[in-house]
Amino acid sequence: MSAHTTELVVFTLLFLLVSGMGFVAARWRRPDNIESLNEWGLGGRNFGTWITWFLVGGDLYTAYTFVAVPALMFSAGALGFYALPYTVIIYPLVFLVLARMWSVSHVHGFVTPADFVRARFGSPTLALLIAITGLVATMPYIALQLVGIEAVLKTMGITGHLPIIIAFAILAAYTYQSGLRAPALIAFVKDTLIYVVILAAVIYIPAKLGGWGSIFDAAQAKFAASPNPADGITLNASNQLQYITLAFGSALALFLYPHSLTGVLASKNRGVIKRNMSALPAYSFLLGLIALLGFMAIAAGTKPVVGANGKADTNTIVPALFDQMFPDWFAGVAYAAIGIGALVPAAIMSIAAANLFTRNIYREYLNKNATDAQEAKVSKLVSLVVKVGAVLCILMLDPQFSIDLQLIGGVIILQTLPSVALGLYTRWFHKGGLIAGWAFGLGAGMWMLYLIPNPASGKAHFGGSAFSLGNFGFDTKMTIYAGFLALAVNLIVAVLGTYLFRALKVADGKDATSRDDYFADEGDPKVKPMDLTGTH
Amino acid sequence: MPDEKSDRSPWNWLLLVPIVIPLLPFLFNADEPRLFGFPLFYWLQMAFILLGVGTTTLVYQMTKRGRRRP
Repeated sequence: MSAHTTELVVFTLLFLLVSGMGFVAARWRRPDNIESLNEWGLGGRNFGTWITWFLVGGDLYTAYTFVAVPALMFSAGALGFYALPYTVIIYPLVFLVLARMWSVSHVHGFVTPADFVRARFGSPTLALLIAITGLVATMPYIALQLVGIEAVLKTMGITGHLPIIIAFAILAAYTYQSGLRAPALIAFVKDTLIYVVILAAVIYIPAKLGGWGSIFDAAQAKFAASPNPADGITLNASNQLQYITLAFGSALALFLYPHSLTGVLASKNRGVIKRNMSALPAYSFLLGLIALLGFMAIAAGTKPVVGANGKADTNTIVPALFDQMFPDWFAGVAYAAIGIGALVPAAIMSIAAANLFTRNIYREYLNKNATDAQEAKVSKLVSLVVKVGAVLCILMLDPQFSIDLQLIGGVIILQTLPSVALGLYTRWFHKGGLIAGWAFGLGAGMWMLYLIPNPASGKAHFGGSAFSLGNFGFDTKMTIYAGFLALAVNLIVAVLGTYLFRALKVADGKDATSRDDYFADEGDPKVKPMDLTGTH
Repeated sequence: MPDEKSDRSPWNWLLLVPIVIPLLPFLFNADEPRLFGFPLFYWLQMAFILLGVGTTTLVYQMTKRGRRRP
């Protein structure tokens, strides 16, 4: 028997427990009829503060984050800590925006961000572009959750793809049956496990390694000895701009992802959202501590697991650290926390992607008179297709490709900001200007990502998101987050385009929303949670 | 007609504080002084979480709709 038997048994038991919960979830807060998107896709739109906290927290702070952020700290140092300011500024940033989104969505029965754009700008074309952008950005994100599970399995010495296929088949089955109720219920277990594991890790591991001071000193010594000038335990002149634009750009992008909005729209009133903006940073604190696991791995001399291709996989650094430091049974609990941590966001993302397809492609173009039951049916089937697609991504492509795609995903989802986020505040933009801005922003983003090399992996293109300002002829080593520049291009083109289309008197779409819709709250006569007809 | 239904409030401007402060690296980009072994870079940025929580809580409490009605 292998040395990992205890870990494997604990991991499997916990995994089976939450799978059972996923199936039982269909009966939790049971509606009369689950066959509508309000029920299947948004859990009845009635979640209170606590459920929303677990659900949104479980959704935003994914298993991949828990694996990749410390891996980045391990290899690059301070730059990897951008995840902390990112998740600090996000909540004050969207505090008012999400409340508006909730109100207008509940008045009109919107399920996706593209639904909103469709009604606000009266343009099915713009809505379709927003929906496709959301789908393309979400797919690799789902695939990445598998990378999280794979990192854990690898550390336990399990290779081959069968375990991942089984895990995703179970996930697909209970998401199909229970919809958003499944991840909402499982999130309780996932987050509890994560909090227990991380709190244990940050007390127990530093005690064994001689305290926090020596952990940071070990990291400093490693980076001082490395030939890479950009690493270190603090930032340097060339990556400070990258650090803050990456944090700011990521914060702008986060709630544009359709899956983030799913959790928000499932809450029962505006107060739930605003209270969560104060409560969700508890996860940020956790994330900061998780990031530091990367430095603990340096101090402990942890070596990442070497993959089948002979290259060390830095994503295994956290599981390898747990394996080295914790007793077997607790390492098993920690692995389960990461594995289950992958299931919650994967379920929510696939539901969000399925809703986008159903509402903005199926209903818009294939079956204009779809009933609630038909919409739910299509969404359930598409959620299966999406998961099969994610598994295929991992099986057929190099996992590195998913990581690159996710990086690109962040840049492209940002291009929906003018239509979705600014659209909540102003109807000034012309739909044609928004479409042009979207196209130019995407083009600029792709061009910049293409130009970014990665010396560490020897790749000439798509090697990261740090765009060197030297490309513009400036004599500098400074880098900036490519998504940030792409968004600037998008905004400029959208503004110029709006003036141009107005001057040419091109017809604009009609706004189906009214000012009061953006402030409606639970109990207002306008807010009818079961109304799916909307004003299309 | 007075604007009864609106999110407008001077308190909202406070939200800018926890957005801008964490994006100013000169405030925290240093090793010393350390706190419990944590370099400034790490403990100060963790402390910004409290700044964010404090601000959003304050703004929420001061702008709740119930407050404005007598």
